[in-house]
Amino acid sequence: MSDVKKFMYLNRRAPYGTIYAWESLEVVLIGAAFDQEVSLMFVDDGVFQLVKGSDTSELDMKNFTPTYRTLGDYGVRHMYVDKASLEARGLTQDDLVEVAWEDWETEEEVDNIVEIVDSEQIAKLLAESDVVFSF
Amino acid sequence: MGTINVNGKELEVDEEGYLANINDWEPAVAEVMAKEDGLELTDEHWDIINFLRDYYEEYQIAPAVRVLTKAVGKKLGKDKGNSKYLYGLFPYGPGKQACRYAGLPKPTGCV
Amino acid sequence: MADLYTVNKSPFEKNSLEDAIRFSTEGAAILLIEDGVYGAMAGTAVSDLVANTTGRKFYALRPDLKARGIAEDRLIDGVELVDYAGFVDLVAECDKVQAWL
Repeated sequence: MSDVKKFMYLNRRAPYGTIYAWESLEVVLIGAAFDQEVSLMFVDDGVFQLVKGSDTSELDMKNFTPTYRTLGDYGVRHMYVDKASLEARGLTQDDLVEVAWEDWETEEEVDNIVEIVDSEQIAKLLAESDVVFSF
Repeated sequence: MGTINVNGKELEVDEEGYLANINDWEPAVAEVMAKEDGLELTDEHWDIINFLRDYYEEYQIAPAVRVLTKAVGKKLGKDKGNSKYLYGLFPYGPGKQACRYAGLPKPTGCV
Repeated sequence: MADLYTVNKSPFEKNSLEDAIRFSTEGAAILLIEDGVYGAMAGTAVSDLVANTTGRKFYALRPDLKARGIAEDRLIDGVELVDYAGFVDLVAECDKVQAWL
């Protein structure tokens, strides 16, 4: 038995209108210190969290969209996006931020860990996780 | 909330000495803060401070120490990407102290 | 002039936009703010709510669109963008404000 647990962060809310997206991101950033296998899932309005080109300068609010791009450095290995949610919102992968990942020891690299998946894959990924955190 | 005096300007800082407004930053801020800590800033310090400012500009957060260490190693060379080197430069903790000099908020999750 | 209806919830999550349209009167101004601005996007599963409604004027708050990375060329034809000053003008011009949360 391995001590490494599979953590899944399930994000279903739009950013900026409520605090959920930022709270989830903060927990991921803090939790990254614990060396678990961390994945993020974006479903429903959660897919809006990854839409690039955000400018909050007129809102007096922190722009945390660029922060998702550093999650690979925090050991996040997978960021999954629900295909159906994306399509219902008229979005494609081109609208989303890209997140690079690199293993600092082996120098194995992945250009973009943001991956579009279908319902069946999502069900499987959630079922395989040890813990699911919902935001 | 207190203030620090930089080039005749009173800049607001929080209870831990971090700049209240990141846009108030200028290199002299780091010099003044370091002097209060009894530290002379060298090029090696500035490499880290500038790295932190670039990182914040790109990702809008201050990096966790672990991430800072790895990223510095990648950018400035493996001999600098370890906590011994970074603590040598910033004895109060590379995350906390260097971020403060760089005008950034305290790193998320920093203890 | 008729009332101003503000909608601040995502149309994918709540039916606030649908209700605001359903219970609005002819000539009403419907302003999408905060997560409500997603209702102004073209080519989505809920675009028809705004696109197929006649006799109402739709507005969206520009700073909220910018914060969410929604470019102006992705909006439904006929939706007018307003800034905070435009919001205030709408409030002043309309009889009263109904907030649909």
